[in-house]
Amino acid sequence: MPIKHRVQRKSLKTSHTVSSPLVTPQAHQSGVLQKLLQEDPTYDYDLIVIGGGSGGLSCAQEAAALGRRVMVLDLVVPSPQGTSWGVAGTCVNVGCVPKKLMHQAALLGQALTDSRKFGWECSQQVKHNWETMTEAIQKHVGSLNRSYQRALREKAVAYVNSYGEFVEHHKIKATNGKGQETYYTAAKFVIATGERPRYLGIQGDKEYCITSDDFFSLPYCPGATLVVGASSVALECAGFLAGLGLEVTVMVSSQLLRGFDQEMAEKVASSMQQLGVRFLRKFVPVEVQQLEKGSPGKLKVVAKSTEGTEIIEGLYNTVLLAIGRDSCTKKIGLEKIGVKVNEKTGKIPVNDVEQSSVPYVYAVGDVVEGQPELTPVAVQAGRLLARRLFGGRLEKCDYINAPTVVFTPLEYGCCGYAEEKAVEVYRKENLEVYHTLFWPLEWTVACRDSNTCYAKIICSKFDNDRVIGFHVLGPKAGEITQGFAAAMKCGLTKQLLDDTIGIHPTCAQVFTTLETTKSSGLDITQKGC
Amino acid sequence: MWGGGDYTPASLTCLVSGSGQTTCTPSLPPACWGMCGHPIPSQDGTSSLTLYHIGNCGLLGSRPRLLLVLPSQSLPLTPAGRQCYDLLVIGGGSGGLACAKEAAQLGKKVAVVDYVEPSPRGTRWGLGGTCVNVGCIPKKLMHQAALLGGMIHDASHYGWKVAQPPHDWGKMAEAVQNHVKSLNWGHRVQLQDRKVKYFNFKASFVNPHMVCGVSKGGEETLLSADHIVIATGGRPRYPTHIEGALEYGITSDDIFWLKESPGKTLVVGASYVALECAGFLTGLGLDTTVMIRSVPLRAFDQQMASLVTEHMAVHGTRILRGCTPLRVERLSDGRLQVIWVDLASDKKDTGTFDTVLWAVGRVPETRGLNLEKAGVRTNPNTQKILVDAQEATSVPHIYAIGDVAEGRPELTPTAIMAGRLLAQRLCSRSSDLMDYDNVPTTVFTPLEYGCVGLSEEEAVARHGEERVEVYHAYYKPLEFVVPERDASQCYIKMVCLREPPQLVLGLHFLGPNAGEVTQGFALGIKCGASYQHVMRTVGIHPTCAEEVAKLRISKRSGLDPTVTGC
Repeated sequence: MPIKHRVQRKSLKTSHTVSSPLVTPQAHQSGVLQKLLQEDPTYDYDLIVIGGGSGGLSCAQEAAALGRRVMVLDLVVPSPQGTSWGVAGTCVNVGCVPKKLMHQAALLGQALTDSRKFGWECSQQVKHNWETMTEAIQKHVGSLNRSYQRALREKAVAYVNSYGEFVEHHKIKATNGKGQETYYTAAKFVIATGERPRYLGIQGDKEYCITSDDFFSLPYCPGATLVVGASSVALECAGFLAGLGLEVTVMVSSQLLRGFDQEMAEKVASSMQQLGVRFLRKFVPVEVQQLEKGSPGKLKVVAKSTEGTEIIEGLYNTVLLAIGRDSCTKKIGLEKIGVKVNEKTGKIPVNDVEQSSVPYVYAVGDVVEGQPELTPVAVQAGRLLARRLFGGRLEKCDYINAPTVVFTPLEYGCCGYAEEKAVEVYRKENLEVYHTLFWPLEWTVACRDSNTCYAKIICSKFDNDRVIGFHVLGPKAGEITQGFAAAMKCGLTKQLLDDTIGIHPTCAQVFTTLETTKSSGLDITQKGC
Repeated sequence: MWGGGDYTPASLTCLVSGSGQTTCTPSLPPACWGMCGHPIPSQDGTSSLTLYHIGNCGLLGSRPRLLLVLPSQSLPLTPAGRQCYDLLVIGGGSGGLACAKEAAQLGKKVAVVDYVEPSPRGTRWGLGGTCVNVGCIPKKLMHQAALLGGMIHDASHYGWKVAQPPHDWGKMAEAVQNHVKSLNWGHRVQLQDRKVKYFNFKASFVNPHMVCGVSKGGEETLLSADHIVIATGGRPRYPTHIEGALEYGITSDDIFWLKESPGKTLVVGASYVALECAGFLTGLGLDTTVMIRSVPLRAFDQQMASLVTEHMAVHGTRILRGCTPLRVERLSDGRLQVIWVDLASDKKDTGTFDTVLWAVGRVPETRGLNLEKAGVRTNPNTQKILVDAQEATSVPHIYAIGDVAEGRPELTPTAIMAGRLLAQRLCSRSSDLMDYDNVPTTVFTPLEYGCVGLSEEEAVARHGEERVEVYHAYYKPLEFVVPERDASQCYIKMVCLREPPQLVLGLHFLGPNAGEVTQGFALGIKCGASYQHVMRTVGIHPTCAEEVAKLRISKRSGLDPTVTGC
């Protein structure tokens, strides 16, 4: 009897502590309670994130905000040309941000031409100064680096400028720029090391060629440039170089913008050709020789046909390789702890909660297999992962219908299926494709071509004409596509497009009046100036 | 189709002489009948002339009726005359043309009657209505011209070696006007292609089924139709109580057709037209003042409206709040002197301008239509035509669409869609009604303001403050950083229901390319998007639109809504 009484009293006490309205919410809010419940004092950190890019930082900051002890290991290995940069990864330093700014510089060049038609008495030949532009861009990148560092400090994330490499389970070796090694342990790890540009593996490539890693901080104007590759990076760089008035050649071994809608990709290329970009299709470089040193120097590129034996040579000031990117998963000791990596792609397979083959090791961003290589995807995945790991939340990252924009001079925005992929999945007879060329109002007075901009949607006929693919080639495609992506999340149908009032006069409104089906074969050209 | 000979009293015979003189037996009192058009040949070789009975004259009852007369063969023949249509559209603007083209495509016999009364300054234009000639199109192009001025400024920061050049109004205006003229032509061709008969006539009702069209030369033609659509739109209002307003002022009917720069300009009004015009004039380098009596952009979200005007003020537009003009005088040097009063202090002030632009609202074009002859009812206060959900007026076979219809948003795309849907219903192709909810729109001020759905005020009024959650952010467009542009007014807010799943009630976006950004989200709202849907949408980096998908700070939280980092 007394024993029973004691047990009862104990259980009462326990339940009192847990449900106390005063103590628990506070402890919960500050993360103290969860720490008490989960923290494993045998490790230095609750979480170590390897890689300080968009995905890694968002994960680290969110975990820190949830009261966790978090470390970020981030060290940029200099490019073969010796280029290095600060915190925040590819997007901020050698990706989206400087890319979009150079794209903007090129668009402004176009604006100068247009402005004459709109009554501004600009001189006919306006010269561009590469250094002014690059300095301005690097200044902004620098300020972003500092703001990220500040944010990390404020959120009490331990940022260590060292290279991380697993040495045994839960233990990592951090090597700083001076070669000093320190060892840290953590309960959980997130790999967010991203990717770096690939080299061709031919004579002269690492010595004389540059990649996007070097390009945005290039201290001199690249001059006549050969861009090798057909990725979005290749076309974007070629596009804005041409827009800045440089002579640009793009060498493409096979498909343009692989994975994207091929009709759109060809239209992107032809819009670039209109701007003077030269395309060399079905060639691959076999050798790069330096003829002259300098800033820029002079290079000879020998290329071979992919279809025959033809060899061509060309002289360029700069050769920019943009043939793809390799995941940074090789030299971080994954094999020591048994994290599975896809041999072919170098990417890390994960389950739907971003967990690798080793349960306490997760991965986000471009190193993850089978997910879109996009900053916002990495940011979202990182944040949600931290919330699931440390915040008791369940929400998973939703990778379906992630919209993408290629910032070529004429921007290309898309969401959902490419036409060929849709045909593969749904079969042609089950689809209806609506399309039209369109002429932005701003282009009329500027006398720009009336049959370059193009809009296309792919609808699934037996699913209420649901829109499963959205494609737009035109100015401001980035701004246009975002809202349509949100609408596709809510089950956008052709009927809803038809029922929605257009905003006049915009480019985006073209999607509310799509009438012509591709299968009808009707003419979609617009009448010109 | 309405057939001729609706009412022909057996006792009535009329003779029309070669000079057009008509004599009837028994004789009709002049107040009782009218003649419209010229004799037209009929298939049997005779000619016919149409007479109509006005009604309420004591003869033939009170209804207006049509009298058909077959006169002698000696009549002069002219090609014009009475013509019958399945559908007659009065007004060749966006709504009218869309309705006419759609009905014609569905096999109806359609005519469009369109006539532009010159503005008091004598400005006139071609087919296509307000949007094409004196609205959206020239407005957006001049807005673009102003934006390009800003881009030239930006360009130097991006490495282009360019100094801010002067702007040549005449060159811009010519380019804009040429484009408008090409659109006028395009509309004519489209009507021809679709076999829509176009008349450059000024129309007025004769009776519920008949409209009299008067050409520029004063020639009259009678047109009858089973269905008549009124789409005459509106024209700028002149504040005629202000001395000198009509003599010296211009309106949006004139500004886009000026051959020379308007110079130092006073824009009077707080409508979006006023702000848009003031915005591009400032952007083109002109000294511009806006005089606002009470609040700007009244029907819009007021927080957004004040950010719009704040941005304009920061960027060089002088804004006079709480003032109203009293008098406009012409000085000996040709400039205009405006005397106004500050309503709060009752203090008078004077300023000299080259141009005074009135943008104080629009008047529907219903006065010249003789609507009373057809029995079409209007709202006595607004002069707009009362319509039901079918767009039908008080007379079932007469419809009104676009700006002339009471309670409709004054927007081109709504008029177009309403016109098309109406044509489809008239042709029994569909029974779909126009949905006037959640119509997106954009104000093309220098910093564009796009919105769809409810304003914050309206959401609170409908649902109560406790049930509404507003997410918001001040953001900085990436393009702004290099030229160090001020982004203090770049702001987004999404008005949602508070209760999960937090249905989106309204979206308000202030920033570059707001029109392009808003369109897709308008669809989202149409699809019933919730806050969760929008948050689950992956952003497009780096764009301004992605900030909408990243709205995480609620107003209620009181946290700083300024976006930092990527």
